[in-house]
Amino acid sequence: MTEAPILEIRGLSVEFRSEGAWHAAVRGVDLAIQRNQTHAIVGESGSGKSVTALAVMGLLPQQSGRIQSGSIMLEGRELIGLSEQVLDKIRGKQVAMIFQEPMTALNPTMPVGQQIAEAVRAHRCCDASSAWNEAQRMLDLVRVPSAAQRMRDYPHQFSGGMRQRVMIAIALACQPRLLLADEPTTALDVTIQAQVLSLIEDLKREYGLAVMFITHNLGVVALIADCVSVMYAGEIVETASVNELFAAPKHPYTEALLASMPRVDRDGQLEPIGGIVPSIREIGAGCTFAPRCALAIERCHSMRPPLMEVAPERTVRCWVRGVAA
Amino acid sequence: MSQTPILAVKGLVKRFQVGGGLFSRPAIVHAVENVAFSVPAQGSLGLVGESGCGKSTVARSLLRLIEPDAGEVVFEGVDLLGLSKPRIRSVRQHLQIIFQDPYASLNPRRTVAQTLTEPLKVHGLQSSSEINARVAAALAEVGLPADSARRYPHEFSGGQRQRIGIARALVLAPRFIVADEPVSALDVSVQAQVLKLLDGLRARHGLSFLFVSHDLGVVRHICDRVAVMYLGRVIEEAPVPDIFDQPLHPYTQMLRAASPVPDPKARFALPRIIGEIPSAVNLPSGCAFHPRCPDAMPRCSVEAPPMLEVAPGRRVACHLHSASGPAENSRARP
Repeated sequence: MTEAPILEIRGLSVEFRSEGAWHAAVRGVDLAIQRNQTHAIVGESGSGKSVTALAVMGLLPQQSGRIQSGSIMLEGRELIGLSEQVLDKIRGKQVAMIFQEPMTALNPTMPVGQQIAEAVRAHRCCDASSAWNEAQRMLDLVRVPSAAQRMRDYPHQFSGGMRQRVMIAIALACQPRLLLADEPTTALDVTIQAQVLSLIEDLKREYGLAVMFITHNLGVVALIADCVSVMYAGEIVETASVNELFAAPKHPYTEALLASMPRVDRDGQLEPIGGIVPSIREIGAGCTFAPRCALAIERCHSMRPPLMEVAPERTVRCWVRGVAA
Repeated sequence: MSQTPILAVKGLVKRFQVGGGLFSRPAIVHAVENVAFSVPAQGSLGLVGESGCGKSTVARSLLRLIEPDAGEVVFEGVDLLGLSKPRIRSVRQHLQIIFQDPYASLNPRRTVAQTLTEPLKVHGLQSSSEINARVAAALAEVGLPADSARRYPHEFSGGQRQRIGIARALVLAPRFIVADEPVSALDVSVQAQVLKLLDGLRARHGLSFLFVSHDLGVVRHICDRVAVMYLGRVIEEAPVPDIFDQPLHPYTQMLRAASPVPDPKARFALPRIIGEIPSAVNLPSGCAFHPRCPDAMPRCSVEAPPMLEVAPGRRVACHLHSASGPAENSRARP
């Protein structure tokens, strides 16, 4: 992989204000996504995966959130510090985002065709009728059956899966290079989830998109990702190719997460992870996972491990496992 | 299954009327159509299916939180659907429910102790020392510290709130628990904790479960039998793990194939999944699954397949597995 990545994040830290003090919700995130690659970020609630995506989009809440340090490069251009005006041009055109709940992201009072056409016109100056035609082409592309007839329908007339397709059509209307997908199938039934995942996969290939796919579901990761980063309490604890991660997880948290997932394909004892995720106000000096980790040694409690490269393209944040094989 | 079941459901029907105004006719939603299953004592049956298949309606009908239109719900030999309001209330001591959303199902203005005491008082327990003892026992049972009794729901995490919901069900020492998606709102590590807890309770108290879920992985781990629902009907029922390892009904096969497995080598063949679940207002003719079925035959759009026992303990409603079998039908596969 000699090609320059579409998205490159270095040392990203994001803070939120809570009860008068700033606390880091995301600390030192490093991430690179190539074109034609799906990079999954997996973690439980509060691990900082959505915050990372919002930081890339420049959508952190202005009063209570801020980027403390780091760099976000999109196709070689630094995004941090850009004005809202410049960001507005980049959002939608170079980078687009889809969310978990398509009903709240769509305008309920506007036909879907018009919403897609609006996105087309916002970034590609063209007249109303060619925008409308382009919108219809997009709706067809995301495999909404009889797209031409459905252009004038409203969001409530669509099923959850179809709404998510409409969202994808809007996101891709301006041919972005990077798609941020934040739990896009979590609210959908499994058969519909399978359809939407295969749609994202096909569109990725067709457009050579870089996809950042945020999910809590390791099964979905195995289905769609090329590369995976596991997040825990605001930090990436492990990054690996999808095959390596599932074949031989290195970080004890990744291992524990896999062991706690009830699998439909085999029997086996579930092993819950004891304890709870620390609050962002109580991050200590050591490894954030140490209090729940079976392998923890003395050093883990006093010193925060860096991400260590254990093999090419494979990093682990662990004093015990972070040794090259 | 020579054992008498603790719960037997027969011919359960529930239809809802939707819409309808001055100038439009109301539509009928066929939420539950002729559902039958039984749960042996100390058994645990999983009821699975996608949104709108009627699984939650069935769960709530059992306790008459929703009044079914027809059918029988025989619990320990008594048909619950024929009971008067006060009688059904007393039966609910033995038949309790756990809900999905631990945020919405607890009263935020009541302490945990008040929440757990309420059902005891409703069921006539007076002595406060006995009430306190039972509340403390229920909290210990679900792994919550004793001082949680004085606290309010907002002071707990999602997993802990679900434990409170389970404690509320347990405080009456029920024999049967209906669990409606009890772990769906929880993170996977917490979900595993709650599943372990439910498994332990079942073993210690000999409880029986009806476990409603959309997650086949969860059901595989907690249930010994599974009934699959599609558009208001049970279409297949079989023991675990057969139903997941050799599903017979094409819909069960589709559901199983679409369930993500944490193994990149098992990436599924996606194109087999056709269309979306139709509305329960306009049910397709014949077998309700035929428009999406990759194995549909001409007969499937005309005649609804009956539920037949195809092997000991395995029932399926599909013409591919009916007495005449697929051999006598010309296949309509493209």
